[in-house]
Amino acid sequence: MDLARTEVTRRAKGNAARLGLVALPVVFFAVFFAYPVAAIVARGLKVDGVWRLGRIADVLGQSDVRHVLWFTTWQALASTALTLLVALPGAYVFARFDFPGKQVLRAVVTVPFVLPTVVVGTAFLALVGRGGLLDELWGVRLDTTVWAILLAHVFFNYAVVVRTVGGLWAQLDPRQEEAARMLGASRFAAWRRITLPALGPAVAAAALMVFLFTFTSFGVVQILGGPTFSTLEVEIYRQTSEIFDLSTAAVLTIIQFAAVGAVLALHAWTVRRREATLRLVDASGTARRPRGAGQWALLAGVLGSIVVLLLLPLAVLVQRSLGAPDFGYYRALTRDDGGLFLVPPIEAIGNSLRYAVAATAIAVLIGGLAAAALTRRDAGRFVRGFDALLMLPLGVSAVTVGFGFLIALDEPPLDLRSSWILVPLAQALVGVPFVVRTMLPVLRAVDVRLREAAAVLGASPWRAWREVDLPMVRRALLIAAGFAFAVSLGEFGATVFIARPDNPTLPVAVARLLGRAGEINYGQAMALSTILMIVCAVALLVLERLRTDRTGEF
Amino acid sequence: MSITHKATVLVVGLGLVTLSACGSGSSDGGSGGDSKTVTLVSHDSWAVSKNVLADFEKRSGYKVKVLKDGDAGQAVNKAILTKDNPQGDVFFGVDNTLLSRALDNGLFQSYEAKGSDLIQPEYRADQDKHRVTPIDTGDICVNYDKAYFSKHKLTPPDSFDDLIKPAYKNLLVTENASTSSPGLAFLLGSAAKYGDGGTSRSSEAESGGGWPDYWKKLKANGVKVVDGWEQAYNEEFSGSAGGKKAKADRPLVVSYASSPPAEVIYADPKPKTAPTGVAAGTCFRQVEYAGLLSNASNAKGGKALLDFLLTKEFQDDMPLNMFVYPVRKGAQVPPEFAEYGPQAKDPETLDPARIADNRDQWVKSWTSLVLK
Repeated sequence: MDLARTEVTRRAKGNAARLGLVALPVVFFAVFFAYPVAAIVARGLKVDGVWRLGRIADVLGQSDVRHVLWFTTWQALASTALTLLVALPGAYVFARFDFPGKQVLRAVVTVPFVLPTVVVGTAFLALVGRGGLLDELWGVRLDTTVWAILLAHVFFNYAVVVRTVGGLWAQLDPRQEEAARMLGASRFAAWRRITLPALGPAVAAAALMVFLFTFTSFGVVQILGGPTFSTLEVEIYRQTSEIFDLSTAAVLTIIQFAAVGAVLALHAWTVRRREATLRLVDASGTARRPRGAGQWALLAGVLGSIVVLLLLPLAVLVQRSLGAPDFGYYRALTRDDGGLFLVPPIEAIGNSLRYAVAATAIAVLIGGLAAAALTRRDAGRFVRGFDALLMLPLGVSAVTVGFGFLIALDEPPLDLRSSWILVPLAQALVGVPFVVRTMLPVLRAVDVRLREAAAVLGASPWRAWREVDLPMVRRALLIAAGFAFAVSLGEFGATVFIARPDNPTLPVAVARLLGRAGEINYGQAMALSTILMIVCAVALLVLERLRTDRTGEF
Repeated sequence: MSITHKATVLVVGLGLVTLSACGSGSSDGGSGGDSKTVTLVSHDSWAVSKNVLADFEKRSGYKVKVLKDGDAGQAVNKAILTKDNPQGDVFFGVDNTLLSRALDNGLFQSYEAKGSDLIQPEYRADQDKHRVTPIDTGDICVNYDKAYFSKHKLTPPDSFDDLIKPAYKNLLVTENASTSSPGLAFLLGSAAKYGDGGTSRSSEAESGGGWPDYWKKLKANGVKVVDGWEQAYNEEFSGSAGGKKAKADRPLVVSYASSPPAEVIYADPKPKTAPTGVAAGTCFRQVEYAGLLSNASNAKGGKALLDFLLTKEFQDDMPLNMFVYPVRKGAQVPPEFAEYGPQAKDPETLDPARIADNRDQWVKSWTSLVLK
């Protein structure tokens, strides 16, 4: 009886604790996402206080819109499939093999992810465009074809797969597969029965993120697709930003929302029952040098694909930034020409880093709390719904959110329109889903009995979390923080929407320089892009270094 | 307590501080009632020399805050969205292609800036209400790559008519009229030149097939359309610094008349002649305006700032910062402009009312005609 009572109070305590964990993320999303988006949609669809829902049917009735929706969907599916195809072997290689330069390379493959699309377009044209590598070798030109878009999506999202899947793969105990082999399973059967089910949720999470990114792709489609290919995101941008037809934009936003919601529901439904407790081990012990011709060939193949797809476009940028003798373009960055920038462009590095630190802190805090609340397997439907909700910002156009900020957050106590904090807040919106997706598979894989044992031994929930969960998720937390940091460094869409006194971030400064004629401006843009790549790679390397060895210390 | 643990606590703590900082409603926005600060909202191309701005601050006693708010079209749209509670006092950077949108939406209040009488007459607009003040002007013209044409012993095109000749097949790249300001200006230029084939509401019974017919021929002659100016100029146009590096193969681009001077000024070492030229018969004149925002919290400061934008000091300083021409009589034009990018003698223009009536419809027709 006493036992039963303690059980009841413990459960009540657990619920209260969970509510406490969820409170901050919920408020954050309500204020900085739901409210602004609702405000801008209402502005488009509410005329003189009356909702004009008939507009939805009007817009959907246009063949152009249906065509855009169709193209958006199929290119996203194709991009996701292609990215998984190219990047999963990469995830395996990074997780299981040791080779010289691995850490540096792992940071470098994440660099594309932070580059502003303006710049990536340039780099990519050097690979698939006129006079590009493919043109030189085989006379193939892919610019303004859909292939250029798909390849660029692989370039961008390679790191998403390598980091989310590879992060977990490195922590799977290889001895389980070895045991299965001992018991007579073939290599493939062992992999299919043991590793694949364990990786399933992480692969699904990576696929979901890649899909959402490519479904809402903007810059890539605009630059590489030319005006003939248009995604919903591009169309929303045109309607809002250029044509100023807010009601059409609002309908398109709702369509995008519905599509993304459907995808999230599908993902939740397939993954929900798949997450099982795993035996996680320390990642540093699972990788080893490749053995045998097959493994060396795999390693060579993966490295080859990385060189062609990821490093070459980046190398083009570096080469163009060095076009002037003795680093002329870099030296130009430190000059204050007093005009376009009120400060030397080089100061954009400091701005970017400041924003990124703040955005990472917010994203890790909100995302970490949310992930902790979502971990419990007895979580109710509300919590599961919340999980999907957290992903929505990845699937809603930056333009919509940006314009929403403008008209929603303009009165005290939340008059943040031109406050610097708005930039990291907007960036954290995109960062949080990453944090949640990276941490959740690992958190859920932690054996519940460990926590229970700690509780039985008298540990408070906080202490149990600290002693049991934290050591296991530390690595995931660092990967997540790295993502949030990278997202913030490269984020352009929302940042450019926030009017601010002159303190441009690196991507904004690059875009500004590209917006002017003249060799020095172009060279400075390339130099700043190179600096952005280096800053990102260094930041990620530092995070990599923070990994613990087996003794739990640095 | 391990270091990582400390780091975790630190990150969480930092996050809380950050969040609490933004909860306190600390706003350094332009809507504060501080009448010693005046806020200018503009697009990303706004630029002024530090000393010139400092001079104004010293003389007027106002501190100027500048908010840059995206590209020209975006900045206008955002200003309209926020007009009941504007982000600043003065808006600079609405041009004649979008002026009607700003005026129809009640973005500005009336104020006749000091020195308005010194504005060259052809740039004046909204004469009865004085809601906007012209500040600068520039031409959108086809630029050509000199090296290409001398290498191929071909005369560069000089007019709209030239561009549809077979000699110039597959040479021109332009911008999407629905997403790019120069792209729209080029479309309006062709409409000013050829009329609209009698399709518009204010049609003056024009002869010929109008601009749609012209664009059909342009399309048949291999015009390439990309989304924005950056891409057209830096990636596709063989005469620009970026284009040379990208092995671009289009020697004709829709750009600004001030692009050739920029190619000289921003080159190291400076060449003796500009690598690019302007096809003088393909120009459309843009005028940029500024105005006092309807609900400006510091109207007095805003008026002072508008006056300043028309002073000789600012008008002289402007060209080399924003690559535009002054509108004030007697303002100085830099020698590089006169030498490498003289203003077109007879640019196309369109009456703002006519732009207002037709712009959106034309862009729609243009999109289905050229892009589909």
